[in-house]
Amino acid sequence: MRRVWNEPAGVEAVASELKPDALIAKIRASRRNKNSPPFVLDLSVEVPPGITILFGPSGAGKSTLLDCIVGLVRPEEGKIALGERILFDAETRVELPPQQRKIGYLFQSAALFPHMSVEENVAYGLDKVPANAREEQVREILEAFRVEGLRARRPGEISGGEGQRVALARSLVTGPRALLLDEPLTGLDAELKSAIVDDLRAWNAAKRIPILYVTHSREEVDALGERVIALENGRVMSSGTPMDVLDAPRRKRLAQAAGFENLLAGTVLDLREADGVMRVRLGETACEIEVPLGYAAVGNRVRVAIRGGDILLATEQPRGLSARNVIAGQVTSLERRGTMVIARVDCGVTFLAHVTPGTVRSLELTVGRKVWLVLKTHSCHVVD
Amino acid sequence: MAGPLLLSLKLASVVAMLLLVLGVPAAYWLAFSRWRGKFLVESVVALPLVLPPTVLGFYVLVAMGPRGPLGKLWSAFFGHGLAFTFAGLVLASVLYSLPFAVQPLTAAFESVDRKLLDASAVLGAGKLRTFWRVILPLSIPGVVTAVVLSFAHTMGEFGVVLMVGGNLAGVTRTASIAVYDDVQALDYAAANQTALVLLLISFAVLCAVYGMNRRVWKLWPVS
Repeated sequence: MRRVWNEPAGVEAVASELKPDALIAKIRASRRNKNSPPFVLDLSVEVPPGITILFGPSGAGKSTLLDCIVGLVRPEEGKIALGERILFDAETRVELPPQQRKIGYLFQSAALFPHMSVEENVAYGLDKVPANAREEQVREILEAFRVEGLRARRPGEISGGEGQRVALARSLVTGPRALLLDEPLTGLDAELKSAIVDDLRAWNAAKRIPILYVTHSREEVDALGERVIALENGRVMSSGTPMDVLDAPRRKRLAQAAGFENLLAGTVLDLREADGVMRVRLGETACEIEVPLGYAAVGNRVRVAIRGGDILLATEQPRGLSARNVIAGQVTSLERRGTMVIARVDCGVTFLAHVTPGTVRSLELTVGRKVWLVLKTHSCHVVD
Repeated sequence: MAGPLLLSLKLASVVAMLLLVLGVPAAYWLAFSRWRGKFLVESVVALPLVLPPTVLGFYVLVAMGPRGPLGKLWSAFFGHGLAFTFAGLVLASVLYSLPFAVQPLTAAFESVDRKLLDASAVLGAGKLRTFWRVILPLSIPGVVTAVVLSFAHTMGEFGVVLMVGGNLAGVTRTASIAVYDDVQALDYAAANQTALVLLLISFAVLCAVYGMNRRVWKLWPVS
């Protein structure tokens, strides 16, 4: 049987070179649920030493992939290798249990043992290490993650951020050959998040193990990313640097996940190769915008993705701007979301623009108010 | 009064300990097995909850009789029958109180966060280590509930004892049988003494269970 993988050539070549420390998974796994159609994960990923972000919307299969790698879920086909060690191979029926895979796994919930102290939690994976060496290792890792002061506390007595530091220490003290993190910092504030990630980076500078970091947050990708693998519906959509993967989205749902609140269908009107732009009419309206030249011909249907935060609002028609797209419209709703206001503006098609509450006050934005949207050409991304 | 009460206490203690030893592996299997036919075993374990004690006692008696499989096996090893002995009473009581031990244990094991079990496995711990270090310590209220309830339930049993044990003073004459006997003999004072002690013991035991933990096992829905 010929198997079709998402990126056959690239990963095949890499796998045969046997990168000494990379984590490679090429698997097909399915999960059946009573209330939903069967979910199939069918992909091929390679995680070199360093932090790789696994990014995608909820239900893309991120956690299933981690569960397969660590051995909690058995794939139906494929192969998982960590350096030269084969962890799973459907053909030769190799399947190491999770206990022998030497992979650290940080759960979203931290999953600290509630009846043990911080110190006992961290020492849990070191039961085969002699007592004095164990104490030394636990002390070192608690210091590396700045939680040495909490050693006698129970998980119920420490904060969420401290809990994740302890969980990280617990995963890493056993000297795993790879580390998987399943949205570990969701719900922590940005400062705490980056402090923890800095400590993780510092720790990994010496060890150089592959770290696969799952998130569906665009901000975390920007903050952490060296490499990104974008997952969608069980498949790898794209991989590369955060810029490559997220700023030129090629699929609709990925665009939404990546923070492109506006995804507008349109028709190419003309191409201006000399200027590197083309004009697109949005929907069936008279609304035309100028976008960067893409692989498209006149008359083609395209979609344009625009971030809400890239749209400027003006209450008078602006003049003398470098931005090429100025579109008149009317505010149809203003919706407060935390420190941000989402303004819906009807210009024939509806745009979602992000503004601050201060802007709403100073521009006296109200529902029904006439406004102009200002869009830079390069804030408009042509997708599929 | 002292004789039957002491016998009841002895029987209840032995049964509670035996049920702990047997109930833990049974509950572990019930909590973690993915076998489709698990409901069959669950039903068998719960059967003593709904069966009249006389029905259970009747079948146990038949099995333990000289021609029953258990009776034959017991005679082959010990040279005497099983029915109307203390050992027979223990066996019948273990069956009768089985759900009172297994259900709280199963509930306790099931309520341990599965993520903790995954975390334990990923950290290199096998099933046995995970059980001793994570599942059991987090199930202590369930274990205590199981022991206390099987003890209390055995203290109060009547029908099964009557069927299987008969009424042999010092051997199978438990407190609840003694109450019945005394009433039959119109000795209400003696019946009242024994009954009152049983009532107080049962009340104390339930207070201990409910006071310690309201979540693991509920005889009555606690709002």
